[in-house]
Amino acid sequence: MSSPPLLRGTPPPAAPTADRPVGPSGAEAPRGGAELPEVITRIREHIVTMCASAEGGHLGGSMSLVEILAVLYFRVLRHDPRFPGQPDRDILLLSKGHGGIGLFAALCEAGYFPAEELQAYARPGSHFTAHPHPGIPGVEMPSGSLGHGLAVGVGHALGHRLEGSERRCFVVMGDGELQEGSVWEAASVASAQRLGHLTAIVDRNGLQISGPTESVGALEPLSDRWRAFGWRVLEADGHDTEALTDALSLPPDPERPTVLIAHTVKGKGVPQIEGQARSHYARLGRRQQLQLLKALRADAEARR
Amino acid sequence: MTTATASTERRAAPAERSAREVYRDTVAELLPREERLVVLDSDTGLFGGVDFGDGTDRYLNLGIAEHTLMGAAAGLAREGRIAVVNTMAAFAASRALEAVKLDIALGELPVVIAATHSGVSAGHLGPTHHALEDLASMRVLPHMTVVVPGDPAQTTELLCQALALGGPVYLRLGRGATPALPADAEPPRLGKAQILRRGGDITLAACGPYPVLAALEAAELLAADGISANVLHLHTVKPLDTPALLGALGDQRHLITVEEHWAAGGFGSAVAEELGALPVRVHRVAMPDAFVPVAGSQRQLLEQGGVSAQSIAARARRALGNSGGGTR
Repeated sequence: MSSPPLLRGTPPPAAPTADRPVGPSGAEAPRGGAELPEVITRIREHIVTMCASAEGGHLGGSMSLVEILAVLYFRVLRHDPRFPGQPDRDILLLSKGHGGIGLFAALCEAGYFPAEELQAYARPGSHFTAHPHPGIPGVEMPSGSLGHGLAVGVGHALGHRLEGSERRCFVVMGDGELQEGSVWEAASVASAQRLGHLTAIVDRNGLQISGPTESVGALEPLSDRWRAFGWRVLEADGHDTEALTDALSLPPDPERPTVLIAHTVKGKGVPQIEGQARSHYARLGRRQQLQLLKALRADAEARR
Repeated sequence: MTTATASTERRAAPAERSAREVYRDTVAELLPREERLVVLDSDTGLFGGVDFGDGTDRYLNLGIAEHTLMGAAAGLAREGRIAVVNTMAAFAASRALEAVKLDIALGELPVVIAATHSGVSAGHLGPTHHALEDLASMRVLPHMTVVVPGDPAQTTELLCQALALGGPVYLRLGRGATPALPADAEPPRLGKAQILRRGGDITLAACGPYPVLAALEAAELLAADGISANVLHLHTVKPLDTPALLGALGDQRHLITVEEHWAAGGFGSAVAEELGALPVRVHRVAMPDAFVPVAGSQRQLLEQGGVSAQSIAARARRALGNSGGGTR
């Protein structure tokens, strides 16, 4: 792929070398089958660039999501970006809607729309608002008000079961989001309905706007909570793509839904802000943007 | 989906039959053969003992979880289903409102929210179970159609039309039996007002079973005074049949709305918004700005709140007196 205008100022991506097909459905590997680490770097570059727009963006909680979304779109989900509404696709709901720019960047890299379109992010008249909605190809539901995605996921999973299909539904939630009571209402229903093909993923970056989740509204012992609600609980390093792939590729438990608690770092990839609550929302200047893009690219090169 | 083929033939409804039961029976009849249909229940008990036959797996009692029901209905609708959410109006329109707004209305999804126990129909169950705010909260949502069947017989017809609509619908139902409207009423069509009586002096526009009956009775009272009144039944609050209102009004200067809802934000407010630019005074007969923390039948509580034939007639006489004349 040619260097998209969004990424002006960065070197063109290295030649792609496909190491994995995209999705079990055999959907064409978008972008020429770039390696996952390269895809991940590019997603982060898109996020940084959107945060350098006039309105800024949700930087920290988008950066913590990147590996989760990349593994889902490039290794786990059965989907075809050429046909976003195809009836046999798996469903991914981003319940933590403030990770919207992370989702847009991942959808773009997965091939749902060209990177040029991300330049419109937050501009007047653009569909790319900070919180996603289905006007954007690949977005399955509007989100941004926390605590909605799991209930909608219950509906998708019930629909999949009624049609007798093996389709799966993944709901990505924030950890702060788990302070919403509606999450636990839906968690109860999912468990009572034995929705084995429903998987929740918690982006456990440990931080919310005012500070650590454990200071604001403690969630621990989090895995015990989910277990008590009747869920199968998995845990993984949310930045370890192999661990995420293994966890998300496990066969569903037919008797109960699964939650993956993905331990992540808010602001991951930007050392200046990693693990800091203030990274929640950022409006980056041009100079900061270029510094961060350079650092991300250098980091990617160093990993080769 | 061919819901229009359901038993929509107009039959003389047995007097004092509940719209809620008619709705239940219609759903029970449709579910086995309409494969897109899914019913989500919030453990209301309404469907206890109902045999859905081939549709059994598409009746899902998800428990007392109204927000989750709305979200799940949205997910099912996105999977190509038509969802009926069965709950009480108070919980649909207030507790679960954000899920209705964001998960259902924003997506223009085919979900029929069947909201029973609306208004003060829950009677002695008290203010937690009354819903005098639901028209206000539902009608302001983009894409939402808001329907209040006037009697049990209309319920089947309007439910079938709602299911065939392909978008979100709030179907406002009561709890107990209400009398049938006069048998010669025109068949109901979603979005179309029914003209129940024609008169030249004033227009009474009513929404809901008892308000329509009260308006008809008020028209009789007024006739005895030599005042002739139009009576319009608007079972669809949104979209409002403004052309029918304008047509009925002609050069009349006064319109009285009657509803089982708080005066703020409901049917009367919707009418007033529509007619705001015209030289017509809209008088709202509705429930006062107060909770109803006492026991009583639906009809008693409405009469105590001033939603009665007598209040409508008094308001009409006052309006016409103030405007300088009775009959024209």
